[in-house]
Amino acid sequence: MSNQQTNYPEGAAFYSALRTRYRIASVWQSLFLSALLIAIVTLTALLYNVIDGAFGYIAYEYKDAPAEFTSTPINELTQQELLVILKENLSTGAYNKLNNEKPMEERSQADLLNLFLERLVRIDTKATWSMTDSLLRGDEIRAEVAEKYPDAILEFRSWLTPQFLVAPMSSRAEFAGVRTAVLGSLWLVGIAILFALPVGTGAAVYLQEYAPKNWLTNIIQTNINNLAGVPSIVYGMLGLALFVRVLEPLTSGAIFGVTDSNGRTILAAGLTMGILVLPVMIINAQEAIKAVPDSLRQAAFGVGATRWQTIWHHVLPNALPGILTGSILALSRALGETAPLIVVGASTFISLDPEGPFSKFTALPIQIYQWTTRAQSEFHAIAAGAIIVLLVLLLTLNATAIFLRNRFQRRW
Amino acid sequence: MENNNYAIETNDLSIHYGKFTAVKGVNVKVERQKITAIIGPSGCGKSTLLRAFNRMNDFVTGCHVTGELLLQGQNLYGGNVDPVEVRRKIGMVFQKPNPFPKSIYENIAWGARINGFKGKMDELVEQSLQSAALWDEVKDKLQESAYALSGGQQQRLCIARTIAIQPKIILKDEPASALDPISTLRIEELMQELKKNYTIIIVTHNMQQAARASDYTAMMMIDDQRAGGVIEFDETKAIFTRPKDKRTEDYVTGRFG
Repeated sequence: MSNQQTNYPEGAAFYSALRTRYRIASVWQSLFLSALLIAIVTLTALLYNVIDGAFGYIAYEYKDAPAEFTSTPINELTQQELLVILKENLSTGAYNKLNNEKPMEERSQADLLNLFLERLVRIDTKATWSMTDSLLRGDEIRAEVAEKYPDAILEFRSWLTPQFLVAPMSSRAEFAGVRTAVLGSLWLVGIAILFALPVGTGAAVYLQEYAPKNWLTNIIQTNINNLAGVPSIVYGMLGLALFVRVLEPLTSGAIFGVTDSNGRTILAAGLTMGILVLPVMIINAQEAIKAVPDSLRQAAFGVGATRWQTIWHHVLPNALPGILTGSILALSRALGETAPLIVVGASTFISLDPEGPFSKFTALPIQIYQWTTRAQSEFHAIAAGAIIVLLVLLLTLNATAIFLRNRFQRRW
Repeated sequence: MENNNYAIETNDLSIHYGKFTAVKGVNVKVERQKITAIIGPSGCGKSTLLRAFNRMNDFVTGCHVTGELLLQGQNLYGGNVDPVEVRRKIGMVFQKPNPFPKSIYENIAWGARINGFKGKMDELVEQSLQSAALWDEVKDKLQESAYALSGGQQQRLCIARTIAIQPKIILKDEPASALDPISTLRIEELMQELKKNYTIIIVTHNMQQAARASDYTAMMMIDDQRAGGVIEFDETKAIFTRPKDKRTEDYVTGRFG
């Protein structure tokens, strides 16, 4: 070491200062780690809570024992046997009504079995238990059921079954399914994306590639950024005023000759969702377009391309993976939104599949919301099942986004 | 036709960014089928001037040009001139190789196609690659990505792409600065070939390159208002052996700054 005077700590002082620096660093590191742990614990709790509700014991009684109708065990009944039982035991009026909805002979065995259980045997749910209770307190539950409901059947049930996915809405939790809601949700996000993808991309291309950089563009840009943060219920109000009321002839399908509906249709809700995700869509497409390197634009201009040729042949194809990823994330948001749908007028009970843009509709989040507000605990169980369906749908969409991004991604 | 020896002339050409003047009062006459080098310290406006020649500065917000830029007597900044037409006649090769993220073949065919090329595309691609001394290296992999090529090959592909649209003038903005010495040498050799058919204007930081490869040299320097200008324009030999301006002498001999 030279004798030169320095203003830096040397020797012991240096090591002492270094230890302090490391100590501060490790404090921050553990703070970041605990933040991560909080996030992981929260997400795990969420998942656990949902799964906990979707599986578990159920105790139920038959109001009329199946033995009163047939001597065959329930699981072995054939379609023909069920037809006979239903015809004999249902009132003529009820039978004809069902037959009008769909001829009884054409219905599947599973369908008829449900009708048998729903209309004739009439299951009466006494109690349900969560998965944790069912697994940990099995003996207590069995004792409790034996004492309180001596006639009840106790079984461990997964509320999430293939039947749950394909069954339409029903007023009885045992027979209710998410089919109508899933179809409604798919229609909704389909319409939303058909509207928001081209409009959002177009606006982004204009803002990034054409608009002059001046105060007006700045104001527009700031407003788009702010719109992305507006609460979804506000978009619901807009949708109600604009699509349900003002544009009713269009959204009800009246100008296309549809007569039996009002403005509260899939189309109105889908367009509302479309404007809801539009700002996010624009911002995201802008980012994707910004990420296309300027050298590529210059290369195209350098060989005498017009602005449009540059955009169409180079900017858009290279921004496409980003735009697609963003649109699927926007779509995920549309899939999960509830508030605007309530305002726009989603039906809470509807058992008919949506047939087109002018149908009445329900959607998964609406269905979940409706089921969780019911008093009976079995509805809470199927709500948990529906949440799992929604989560799986969302994860599928996000996986698609990642797949598309990797598939089309280019490097420069 | 007037001034037949000159490919391009500037008449008091100035380039402004908003209120700031970046390049001021340039008067140069660039000879046909010669290589003209623009040299000068960083930030003196070399690239800005070069980009003004094919109106690439049009894309820079707030940039505007005063004075005249004459191509065969026509002012390229005149009101009735379309910048797309200018860039079709005056091609540009950039500092960093920037091939399109497409196949080698498409890199050349695209520019031709959008400009309405009617001849045989395969022949054009081969000729252009031949002229850029790249054909032998890529003839068996024309459909492969241009990004699979080395930096030097990519830069020659960019030159081939520019040749393919048959411009009158080729502008090169430090075309070899991102390349190794061997690739640089190949680009320089290529320029000597190309000047048989094209007028070339090149911006370079490399004194030896300017001395070796160019016929004329424009020396640029900023004044006390930070506006760049051409302080000396002469045959390269003269600039490097008996410069008239003291600043040029300091710069080319490495005594600058």
